[in-house]
Amino acid sequence: MKLSSKHVTLLVLLALVAISPMLFPSGYYYRVGALIFVNAFAVTGIVILTGYAGQISLGHAGFAGIGAYACALAPVHLGLHPALAAVLGALISAVLAWLVGRPILRLKGYYLGVATLGFGILVSMVLNNERQLTGGPDGMEVPDLGLRGVLKDWGLDLSNGQFWYFFSGICLLIGAWLALNLYHSPTGRALRALHGSEIAARVVGVDVAREKLKAFVISAVYASVSGSLLALQNKFITPDVAGFMHSIEMVTMAVLGGVGSVLGAVFGTAVLTLLPQVLTAFGEYEQLILGLVMMLVMIFLPAGLLPSILRKLRGAEA
Amino acid sequence: MSELLQFLFSGVTVGAVYALVALGFTIIYNASDVVNFAQGEFVMLGGMLTFAGSAAGLPLLLAAVIAILATAAMGVLMNKLAIEPARGAPVVSLIIITIGASIFIRGGTQLIFGKQIHTYPSISGDTPIRIMGATILPQSLWVILGAVLVFIGLWLFFTRTLLGRAVLATSNNRLAAQLVGINTNFVMTLSFALSAGIGALAGVLISPITMTSYDVGLALALKGFAAAMLGGMGNPKGALVGGLLLGLMEALTAGYLSSQYKDAAAFIIILAVLFFLPQGLFGRKSTERV
Repeated sequence: MKLSSKHVTLLVLLALVAISPMLFPSGYYYRVGALIFVNAFAVTGIVILTGYAGQISLGHAGFAGIGAYACALAPVHLGLHPALAAVLGALISAVLAWLVGRPILRLKGYYLGVATLGFGILVSMVLNNERQLTGGPDGMEVPDLGLRGVLKDWGLDLSNGQFWYFFSGICLLIGAWLALNLYHSPTGRALRALHGSEIAARVVGVDVAREKLKAFVISAVYASVSGSLLALQNKFITPDVAGFMHSIEMVTMAVLGGVGSVLGAVFGTAVLTLLPQVLTAFGEYEQLILGLVMMLVMIFLPAGLLPSILRKLRGAEA
Repeated sequence: MSELLQFLFSGVTVGAVYALVALGFTIIYNASDVVNFAQGEFVMLGGMLTFAGSAAGLPLLLAAVIAILATAAMGVLMNKLAIEPARGAPVVSLIIITIGASIFIRGGTQLIFGKQIHTYPSISGDTPIRIMGATILPQSLWVILGAVLVFIGLWLFFTRTLLGRAVLATSNNRLAAQLVGINTNFVMTLSFALSAGIGALAGVLISPITMTSYDVGLALALKGFAAAMLGGMGNPKGALVGGLLLGLMEALTAGYLSSQYKDAAAFIIILAVLFFLPQGLFGRKSTERV
């Protein structure tokens, strides 16, 4: 039996989540791993928006901010369980993406870039300025998810790092599975068609505005859930999660790895999440090297890291 | 009345800087279809290098000229090393390349000049000029004068000189421009030098008022980008109007509504404008070819 690319992707991800811990020299790496999975979750949303549909967003961190602050605020003010708070955050993000997306998705290229940028900046500004609610730039605490305690009662005793590693890993697997299913669905095909040419897609009967809006809403939910996971994992959150640099990080991770495929995006996320950890060894040169890596990869491997590496490997076989 | 006038003065000053940054965006965009997110770093370099030069004992004017030339050279380098090799890459890749360049320049500046905030003396003193109950700094007048002169200079350059027309031809149709003998690579280099130089001039002029440090570039780049889009990307008139409008909106919001949300008003109005005019105020309507 020949495996489809969807199953290959899922198997590789599963193996990655399951096997990596055997190579971890210390518990600290569980934390880094969990961070990679959480980032990769948001980046999977970018793959849907940018990789499938060809639309740019420079403000998706705004949705991550909504997801994160939902987990911080809803349990305190509405008495919701943190998990339900994450769902509420995703709902708010979806509604907001639907409202914002309808007018701005008519814009193209850089114009869409500045509109989404504006949205992201508005969200981060509210989080920074409404001190009495969000604690302002100092951030605020997030309640415990409580799942780890439940697992412990069932006899599965995980350290905090281990729990979040596996929990985020499973979330990423589910997110990737959904994204891959979407790719092969009628919506996925419509998105790829309008990526190629909107007019041509319209001619063959694709409702371009509606399909773009769908991709925008779905990717917003991905970003929101990723923000929630980040908040619950760190038990603390600051408005930086909604900042412009976080939006740029998401897009860069997706494009650096190869925005066309989920696996490429996860790879890019791993590289860019690990890079700062490695670069701290370079101290003051950190920013310099980060900028250099971003430029070099995009100039010499425009398709992204993973597709370029795979092509090299295939070339060597042939 | 005097209060309103005061807000207008500060709005026009900030707006003139945004306009200069937006003009820089426009020039590069016209020549190469690239939106250069490192544009704000040019402004930062203008201020920082002028400070470094004057701290090293150079006369202020000489330091400023050297800073502008050095930044222009930086723009040329960036074009040759990062933009030309990536010709034809998708918009997202180009955004990442220029943001990478911006992080690189910021990191380098921090490494060489440290994280301190710097400033240097104004051109004609710090005694505020009183006009109808409001005050304006002499340096603000210099900033406004700078923006106006740059705009007029660019207008003359693009309409009255052969070289300027070559740039316009390149922006209209690169291939056709090549066919009639225009050296489009030179046009690109020139555009980056010009745009970096204009950015540096903005930095030189505004730093005595706002002070400068290695990290002021990003915010300026975002505002300049927004101003350029507001006016309609690729249109110098749009850049000037967009920049001034953005500065005025910020100043009025900060004055009458809330200084915390001054950036919000600007972006809300941009979203509203794009909603009704998807190409910005003065943008060309574009069509897609199948």
